[in-house]
Amino acid sequence: MRVGIPRALLYYYYYPMWKVFFEELGAEAVISSQSTKGILAQGLKHAVDEVCLPVKLSFGHVLDLAGKVDYIFLPRIVSVEHRKYICPKFLGLPDMIRRLEGLPPLLDVEVDMYRKNWDLYQAIKETGSFFTNSRLKIWMAYHRSVQALHRYCRLLQLGLMPAEALAVLENKVKNEPLPYPADLNVAVIGHPYNIYDPYISMDLIRRLRAMGANVFTAEHIPEKILKSNASRLPKKLFWTLGQRMIGAAFHYLERPDVSGVVHVAAFACGPDSMTGELIERHARARRVPYLNLTLDEHTGEAGVVTRLEAFLDMVRWKKAGAVGI
Amino acid sequence: MRVTFPHMGNLYIPLKAMLQYLGVDVVVPPLSSKKTLTLGVKHGPEFACMPLKLNLGNFMEARELGADTIIMAGGCGPCRFGYYAQIENAILKDIAYEMQLIVLEPPEKHISELLVKIKRIAGQRSWWQVIQAIRFGYKKARAVDEVEMAAFQARPRELVAGATDAAYHEALALIDGASSLSELEFARENAGQIMAGVARDHNRPVLKIGVIGEIYTLLEPFSNQGLERHLGLLGALVDRSIYLSEWINDHLFLGLIKGLRSSKEACAAAAPYLRHFVGGHGQETVGSAVNYARAGYDGLIQVFPFTCMPEIVARSVLPDVGADYSIPLLTLIMDEHSGEAGMVTRLEAFMDLLAQRKESREACR
Repeated sequence: MRVGIPRALLYYYYYPMWKVFFEELGAEAVISSQSTKGILAQGLKHAVDEVCLPVKLSFGHVLDLAGKVDYIFLPRIVSVEHRKYICPKFLGLPDMIRRLEGLPPLLDVEVDMYRKNWDLYQAIKETGSFFTNSRLKIWMAYHRSVQALHRYCRLLQLGLMPAEALAVLENKVKNEPLPYPADLNVAVIGHPYNIYDPYISMDLIRRLRAMGANVFTAEHIPEKILKSNASRLPKKLFWTLGQRMIGAAFHYLERPDVSGVVHVAAFACGPDSMTGELIERHARARRVPYLNLTLDEHTGEAGVVTRLEAFLDMVRWKKAGAVGI
Repeated sequence: MRVTFPHMGNLYIPLKAMLQYLGVDVVVPPLSSKKTLTLGVKHGPEFACMPLKLNLGNFMEARELGADTIIMAGGCGPCRFGYYAQIENAILKDIAYEMQLIVLEPPEKHISELLVKIKRIAGQRSWWQVIQAIRFGYKKARAVDEVEMAAFQARPRELVAGATDAAYHEALALIDGASSLSELEFARENAGQIMAGVARDHNRPVLKIGVIGEIYTLLEPFSNQGLERHLGLLGALVDRSIYLSEWINDHLFLGLIKGLRSSKEACAAAAPYLRHFVGGHGQETVGSAVNYARAGYDGLIQVFPFTCMPEIVARSVLPDVGADYSIPLLTLIMDEHSGEAGMVTRLEAFMDLLAQRKESREACR
């Protein structure tokens, strides 16, 4: 049996776990192709105009899997930790996708850990029961998949980007020349599905590296530090990803070795409009260079590159002691 | 302590009544206007939804009138509204408009968290008086809603242009002026008579339109460019999926008062299209659409502020409701750039479409 996993949204967090889980149960995990103009165009055609860019892209990835797989794994991810949600669009995603024509059946189990962590196992059991009747097999698959996820998270915390960490996990590391030595560190703060997708982020991370900047992201920081930084807010945020971004931003804004922060938001993203505002006010108060990039389907590559160059110039001048920055 | 609160349609009438019943010094901000919105847009985050910007403007205008404390509702997501108060507070602080903030959050650990905050507002009053004040506020909300429903009925059929609007404002003023339960009872009867006194042409054909969507843009006429009024003037009998008193009953009294429409029914009706709550009133919007379609309405209008997340999810699945029940649907998205004339043109076109549709259907019969 072939299970399709769209290369979109929380793929960047959970793919190693999902892959191991399905393979342990004897299914083949198939991911959709890399994001391209064609995939995005499909998404734009089928999604309503008002949804954000990453959700439109996920429509495209789901359609890319149609005809190639027996099932599409599209869990309804309501909540992945206590008293926090992802975002309303994740709550309604399977309902929005189900309307599309010509799709294989969806595995749209509900992942809801809002009340207690153990509710996750309900979703695991439900997904597993599509493939086997053996409870033990499901339990073992779950166990191994969590181990894989932990390995992946450890690699990320070593400073690898998701694509690099996946290459390590799958023994596909290429022998590439070491990058040009970087002379400064920049933090990139944004939803994982925006900053790690090379197509919609205009290859932001690689470009920054090529311009001589080391890139840090929220995934490089252990959960504990993220949480303790985020807890400085007057009220706990109720979005998991928003809390991670706030925690990472507060952490990097205080690190003397990080010279600037790039905030990446999708156009009209609800949580970003709130967390971005808090981060920007914080950065201004601490006088740290801050760049806000808003992505949508009309974003042009040249515009992004120009802004990145200008930003890095500003960061370097500030480091050199220029007055008035 | 001079207390203020944000506007949301006629919410100020019951809320002011409740606070004054407790002897709190209340400053009602000026009704939301272009100036309010301009203030909010200037200082608020660009992609925040419009209610946040209007709230912010309300607070700034109230502070100019001498308010020093804000009462705000909180929430626990996933809709942005739950974090409004904190963002607004951070913004006000940065522009040196600092005010005390009392956020009524749903208690996280224990009900006492909420009670402490109510006590901070109520001061030395007893709990019995607090309950009486809430009851008084609720009764006013109910009376205000009745006036509004009567206005929806009268407007498409009024004989003298503008008669309904005049009666509506007169009736609201009467209810607003009542300061005790007995006075309110009297005012409510009078208001009913005023509304019934609008001369109408009962033979005029009307189209029935259900207005659904996000609560703030539904209830606040400034934020929807007077949508319901325009619809009425164009000859539509309007019903709205949320009324203030229903919302109070659903969310504050947890459905204690029977006989009102509840959000539970709406959510149940949404099941074939949207199987999970999505925050805000997204699921209710879809459910109400189904209910209106079943009740034989001629058309539906969904209204929400630009970037509203729950309503975008609802918007994605609503075309299926429209196709299954064959009911036309118009979506209006509101933000600071929305213009009244543009909206009216769209409404006229929509009404024409509905009228032709109805005519051809009746001719087929």
